[in-house]
Amino acid sequence: MAPLLQVTDLRVHFHTDDGIVKAVDGISYSVDAGQTLGIVGESGSGKSVSSMTVMGLTRAKNAQISGSIVFDGKELLTATEDELRRVRGGPVSMIFQDPLSSLHPMYKIGKQLVEAVRTHQDVSKARALDRAVEMLGLVGLPEPRRRVDSYPHEFSGGMRQRVMIAMALCNDPKLLIADEPTTALDVTVQAQILDLLERLKRELDTAIVLITHDLGVVAEVTDDIAVMYAGRIVEKAPKGAIFAAPEHPYTWGLLRSIPRLDSPRDEELVPIPGRPPSLINPPSGCSFHPRCPYVREAHTRVDPALEPVPGAREHAVACLLTGETRQALWAELASGADPEAAKAAATPAAAAGPGRLEEEGS
Amino acid sequence: MAAGNPLVEVRDLVKHFPIKKGLILSRQVGAVRAVDGISFDIVEGETLGLVGESGCGKSTTARLLTRLLDPTSGTISFEGRDIAFMSHEELKPLRRDMQMIFQDPYSSLNPRKTVGSIIAEPFVIHAVAPDPKERKRRVQELMEQVGLNPEHFNRLPHEFSGGQRQRIGVARAIALKPKLIVADEPVSALDVSIQAQILNLLRTLQRDLGLTIVFIAHDLSVVRHMCDRIAVMYLGRIAELASADELYGHPRHPYTGALLSAVPVPDPRLAKMKVRQVLGGDVPSPTNPPQACRFHTRCPKAVAGTCDVDDPELAAKAGGNLAACHFPLSDTEIAARVPTAAP
Repeated sequence: MAPLLQVTDLRVHFHTDDGIVKAVDGISYSVDAGQTLGIVGESGSGKSVSSMTVMGLTRAKNAQISGSIVFDGKELLTATEDELRRVRGGPVSMIFQDPLSSLHPMYKIGKQLVEAVRTHQDVSKARALDRAVEMLGLVGLPEPRRRVDSYPHEFSGGMRQRVMIAMALCNDPKLLIADEPTTALDVTVQAQILDLLERLKRELDTAIVLITHDLGVVAEVTDDIAVMYAGRIVEKAPKGAIFAAPEHPYTWGLLRSIPRLDSPRDEELVPIPGRPPSLINPPSGCSFHPRCPYVREAHTRVDPALEPVPGAREHAVACLLTGETRQALWAELASGADPEAAKAAATPAAAAGPGRLEEEGS
Repeated sequence: MAAGNPLVEVRDLVKHFPIKKGLILSRQVGAVRAVDGISFDIVEGETLGLVGESGCGKSTTARLLTRLLDPTSGTISFEGRDIAFMSHEELKPLRRDMQMIFQDPYSSLNPRKTVGSIIAEPFVIHAVAPDPKERKRRVQELMEQVGLNPEHFNRLPHEFSGGQRQRIGVARAIALKPKLIVADEPVSALDVSIQAQILNLLRTLQRDLGLTIVFIAHDLSVVRHMCDRIAVMYLGRIAELASADELYGHPRHPYTGALLSAVPVPDPRLAKMKVRQVLGGDVPSPTNPPQACRFHTRCPKAVAGTCDVDDPELAAKAGGNLAACHFPLSDTEIAARVPTAAP
């Protein structure tokens, strides 16, 4: 069975006065019905641009988009505006980070939901309003019949995000793209929204693409995880593998730089040195090499492709280190050794290399 | 960790923001009770964490501590002197002992000034190091200390990344060797890989300079990593106050339990184990907070006739935590809700 969404070699480049910004630079992934894919990355990694492109939201004069996005057997990249409009908010819908700026401040939320329903379904206003009330109830808004007459400013942040989710769901989407849906919310409200997303997946078999920078959030609600860096996917695997046996040094860096509730309290955090690269002049070779503690001279020249990890089905990584070296390094890191020691342990395998480059000063 | 000399003693601190109606004959029709009677000590050399959700009063507390806001009532004694109602004249010499680091490294730096002059400003204001050469040397020392390249002295803030800007904010805050630093969400605007750099910097500086830090954040994992003692706030009150090990090992207040239960754990095995305890509804409005225990409207353990009538005092519970609760969590309840706890 073909996957519900198949993205192949997607590139989104923006021409600006400063040069070409390669926001997304050749990514491929697929999502099946009822499956949740988490896309993790930091600001500027291209995670939002890639998913907005699925919805045709990055089409602009200065944007150059190539590759292929097939949704439900239909190519979206070459679809006309009219065709896209039938897709947006219908079979594919999206939730954004900031619910206040995604809702129209001057219209009652009932009216906004009715509009969303009637854009895709030929029903009367009364029927559409019934649907709106039903969806608001589904997402856990108390007294939905009364609250449809409220304006967005009368709701709290968590309630507004529920309204956005209700709007995204009112046409039974097959795919829901959630771009940092809980980042603006407090933890207790975040827990409510994550519970809701899980219920939707279970009860409605909706496929979800969840974009976030929070590794905790992806650990709780996703099936597969793709880690993005500088417009590329650098590692892709089922959730369990990403956390138990990560393969990419950037993923290690992410996992080790966050304080966790279940780690010893006095444990030093290990930051990733340097900062995210420029997307206009990305580093040569592996784009992570200026920040990678395990860099070898060849890595500054050779661009790694996303390739399957030997022996692990469904686990792919874009790294020039050999599989054995990576496993040895991660074993060292996971056992709590500091990266210097781990590096020392790994160098005999590549003693011929000229050693690491200077870390970029931060 | 509560041993040692208190640097700051806060007693019954209250801040109400009046809500006014009418243009000419304006009258007060209510008040946002942002901080509503809190008492705590800040011990010399410790890091005290303030956590809570938006609107709980943690940032207002920070601004009251540094007297960027005037309190409605209560006392704040800093090294034995009550600064709560001190005039700005009297406060000025004390200001160099208490500094703030702000959340947003983009809006807290003047975009038209060079980094050198931003960091030198405390020296100018307090007439320390009047000689320009000496001042420049000290500024460059500070830049070195926070991990900035001293040669970037003449650059403007927009030439720096978010993490580096936050380092500028830190350099400015430690310029006068203050006794107290109040850091209000210092890493919330930063990417995770950069966040760790700033957290490590703060820890190093604290060790080297013997700083006392009030660390405000909504991220409970970050607070646990940084703080010796933690006060959990809810609707302008302190719900629980305990050392980090006590608070995360055995939270006694049901609100603390709910907060910890809600934190997503970056470990699928643990995530699967726990029963996420989801609090219903939203935080009530601070203009009209619930009677008696502020949390009783959302509390899974609330008992009618007690919690909605009788306001609980902050008192010692099992394990040493101070909690304002009539029915604190038992060890079995904690184990079921918070997989990372160890009661």
